[in-house]
Amino acid sequence: MADSAVSREVNLTLPLLPDMEIAASKTATAIAELMDMSPDKVDEVRMAVVEACINSLEHSRSADQKVYLTFAVVKEGADEKLRITVRDNGVGFCPDDLIEPKIEEKLKAARKRGWGLKIISWLMDEVELQSGPEGTTVAMSKYCDRRTDE
Amino acid sequence: MSEKLKVTSKLRDPLAVIYTEGYINNQGGEEIARVAYELIDAGQTILLLNLAGTKIVNSIGISILIEIIEKMLEIEGKLAFCNLTPTIEKTFHIMGLTQYSSIYADEDTAFADLTSSA
Repeated sequence: MADSAVSREVNLTLPLLPDMEIAASKTATAIAELMDMSPDKVDEVRMAVVEACINSLEHSRSADQKVYLTFAVVKEGADEKLRITVRDNGVGFCPDDLIEPKIEEKLKAARKRGWGLKIISWLMDEVELQSGPEGTTVAMSKYCDRRTDE
Repeated sequence: MSEKLKVTSKLRDPLAVIYTEGYINNQGGEEIARVAYELIDAGQTILLLNLAGTKIVNSIGISILIEIIEKMLEIEGKLAFCNLTPTIEKTFHIMGLTQYSSIYADEDTAFADLTSSA
């Protein structure tokens, strides 16, 4: 496995308020575009960030009412990826308790939500989830298009 | 920072087209549902959601679209989508919406197909 190094990093702290995910998605978009990601990949990163942020907004119940984001441009040999970490200091949950949502069941269920992590895992190349009583961290990465050109 | 969704509709017999402009979040989804249920109450059984003006959605907004699909199944109607961005289309596939609703490239293609099978 190639060594990795962070070449650029941006930190962003947002209040857990409605629509704060838009601010996070704008930062993600700007950085992904700077990396020359294709428009479709930029869009996928943007949507994944939106989902991670609204998960914190909806479920974290954190005392500080904030979400902490880090956007890192990471070099891995000839490859480059955008690694985004979305962290809250909320109550956390047990990842083993997560149930994969299924449309057949959701159609009949009163609660039709619960899709965020599934969407993130499909849109991003790598996803890591850590959660416990000190909060939740979602670390997700998307590789840049240029990796095969270099 | 708030990006409110604008929702309009047009009757294009035998279907009704709902147009969106902006971010489909929970409020946006509820606004689409409000318009859709008004159209259903007025007797429409085929709804086409034209998302040409929407570049971003979230899963809460899509969950409300699932409620509309559920309603359409109850009345044996149809909800279809057109003009989706590739990411929104991919997300609908991931969530399985395409098992219960059709996706078309544009409104005319949707109209031709939905009216031929109506």
